[in-house]
Amino acid sequence: MTRIVVGPFNRVEGDLEVTLEVKDGAVAEAWAGSPLYRGFEQILRGKHPMDALMFAPRICGICSVSQSMAAASALADAMGLQPAPNGRITRNLAHAVENVADHFTHFYLFFMPDFARAEYAGRPWHEAAAARFRAVRGAAAAEIMPARTAFLSAMATLAGKWPHSLALQPGGVARALEASEKIRLFALLRDFRRHVETVLFGDELEAVAALDSAAALARWAGEKPRGDLGAFLAIADDLALERLGRGIGRFMSYGNYPQAESQFLQGGVWDGRLQALDAQAIAEDISHAWLDGGTRHPAQGVTRPQDEKAAGYTWCKAPRLAGLPMETGALARQVVNGHPLARDLIQHGGGNVKSRVVARLLEIAVILSEMERWVQQLVPGEPFCAQGELPHEGAGAGMVEAARGSLGHWLTVENGRIANYQIVSPTTWNFSPRDSDGTPGPLEQALVGTPAGEGNVAVQHVVRSFDPCMVCTVH
Amino acid sequence: MNGAHEPGFFEMKSTFKLLWLQSAGCGGCSMSLLCSGARDLVGALDAVGIRILWHPSLSEASGGEVMRIFEQCLSGEVALDALCVEGALLRGPRGTGRFHRHAGSGVPMSEWVKKLAGVARHTLAIGSCAAWGGVAAAGENVTDACGLQYEADQPGGLLGANWKSRGGLPVINIAGCPCHPDWITETLTALALGAFGMQDLDTLNRPRFFADHLVHHGCTRNEYYEFKASAHKPSDLGCLMENLGCKGTQAHADCNIRLWNGGGSCARGGAPCISCTEPGFEEPGHPFHETPKLAGIPIGLPTDMPKAWFVALAALSKSATPKRVRDNAVADHQVVVPAAKKTGLK
Repeated sequence: MTRIVVGPFNRVEGDLEVTLEVKDGAVAEAWAGSPLYRGFEQILRGKHPMDALMFAPRICGICSVSQSMAAASALADAMGLQPAPNGRITRNLAHAVENVADHFTHFYLFFMPDFARAEYAGRPWHEAAAARFRAVRGAAAAEIMPARTAFLSAMATLAGKWPHSLALQPGGVARALEASEKIRLFALLRDFRRHVETVLFGDELEAVAALDSAAALARWAGEKPRGDLGAFLAIADDLALERLGRGIGRFMSYGNYPQAESQFLQGGVWDGRLQALDAQAIAEDISHAWLDGGTRHPAQGVTRPQDEKAAGYTWCKAPRLAGLPMETGALARQVVNGHPLARDLIQHGGGNVKSRVVARLLEIAVILSEMERWVQQLVPGEPFCAQGELPHEGAGAGMVEAARGSLGHWLTVENGRIANYQIVSPTTWNFSPRDSDGTPGPLEQALVGTPAGEGNVAVQHVVRSFDPCMVCTVH
Repeated sequence: MNGAHEPGFFEMKSTFKLLWLQSAGCGGCSMSLLCSGARDLVGALDAVGIRILWHPSLSEASGGEVMRIFEQCLSGEVALDALCVEGALLRGPRGTGRFHRHAGSGVPMSEWVKKLAGVARHTLAIGSCAAWGGVAAAGENVTDACGLQYEADQPGGLLGANWKSRGGLPVINIAGCPCHPDWITETLTALALGAFGMQDLDTLNRPRFFADHLVHHGCTRNEYYEFKASAHKPSDLGCLMENLGCKGTQAHADCNIRLWNGGGSCARGGAPCISCTEPGFEEPGHPFHETPKLAGIPIGLPTDMPKAWFVALAALSKSATPKRVRDNAVADHQVVVPAAKKTGLK
């Protein structure tokens, strides 16, 4: 039995340290450590509630709009405010631009470069993968970064800038769009669609979104060259990535992209069958975090650092739903929403490195084509921002989906000021530590059995398959 | 060094080696950098000799490989030309720095930053957290966050007020929350070309090429500003200064000249400038969306403008506001468009 500490982990957005107990060349036990504490929940106390719109996006540079959306939704909930339809659509568009861009960035810049590593020299696909995906110097990076930048230029129109926009408001957005800007946005989406169809899929978005089973995916990939997704699927087959990083089998999504009624992506829980999500059953356990206090629902949550706590090994709390850890992210979202490919993938191997990556790319296809419809629903001249009054005393919750999973903000207002503000981020769920029952978090469980040791990068694939965002995790 | 201020040849080095560390921040300045409008960001940096030794979001190396890069820089085996630090430096709790231990080594991040800054030819604070403490230092500053060489507007910070890098410059404060991608690339490029000196820094050690402007410059709401035709609520078209907290007339940056994401800015998105390039912006002492006033007059007046003039001008311009400007200021789209003249413009 040897214990190894893996860190710093790059290409994960923030600070991650994973401690592994290795036995016979495989992980026997794992501990996920988040070594950075910034204290947003303490910072926000006593501030004007609207100041959450300034601080929340700055929790994270990559989930910035998601954080804004959660804050704006929590404020709207406390105000009893329904956003103007145009504002709702514009916010959804801004949120979707970030989420799609994040999936795209994760695949090309964070995840695929590991297959270019020298450890894989000799595999039949290695030479091509190294030329295309090598970190910093690969051909793909030079090709996709300008495409990503052009896509994110939609943020100039939708929200002023990215990251860290103050334009997203409880009642909608702070700037109305004009008819010409509808055209501009539509054209921009079509341009990015063409790039994605050519480079990533080698097929139309609708054809990718219509893949309905693992067998259909394999058949599709075998028909003709399928862009970089095709390249990934070939690598995944060779390395049996569907057997790596097996998850806990419980998937959660808050649902996302509110429509006039309900949401475009339905929320819920999947543990073999679909169940409603009871947000009251969420609680954060702090038994292994360097924090004081007990297990609490986030609406009553406290955050008090205690760096000398012996049982602590991370700043991350352990969120649980009805006492159980949950996997969250694109795979969970698509499984809960009922996408047949996502459901079939987990039926044949659960959450794993391959199914998580495929679900992320599948979601690009699903959302990007939907965004074109949303743009066309905008009605220039009608209001983009509903106005409301903040209560002197009150509470609200904002539950949204960031690219990497479920994000919730819980706000309490007393005396016109923030009395409590609690944030539970996607990677707080996925990379949570053990709870007081000793149950490890989803990553900690997924790493068990993973080949580990010198010259083995399997652990890195498992970690990155969750698309962790560590700056959000502890905040 | 006269830099680009006189004719002559740039001293381009064959390699200008850059190391990027993320301290207590959100990673947003790195994300912003990736929104560079360059045709090929890495290629564009490479074309002026800039080579990335390691960047946490981009590079292949992980774990022990990264530690070896740090050690090579410290031993002098690799000459480190530029150390970019993103995020605040956390000194707490109780001076231990344990609010941010560097993953893998367990050593406080602030220790690594001190050591590596000691060998780097230039040290750059990327964003307002690294420059002044920024958002990480807000509230009661429980983490005892500071900037590399400032704590809010007080010189000092992690490295001390009199600290100089080996190249002779203090920490270069590329402030902003986040900073604009071009502010980073243009500063690095000037450094790599040997064309950046003390004369290129303002009094807060920010590069003057962006800090010598005000966010107000180029603001599309200028006509509303001129007539003090003010917005009253989010999505109104009017000037955001009088009621909605905009500090664009005081904040140093070229956001409305250079523009963000190919054409935006906070004000263009309907949001007030919160002066995120200024030290202490995170604790303005008032809600960000409200303008603090004294006897109905905004406390924060435009930079270089005497109060009496502002009051007189505001009264005069309000009385002379055209109907078009007055009506549009409180609407979310133009309800009166500029009249089209039938004759040629004189």
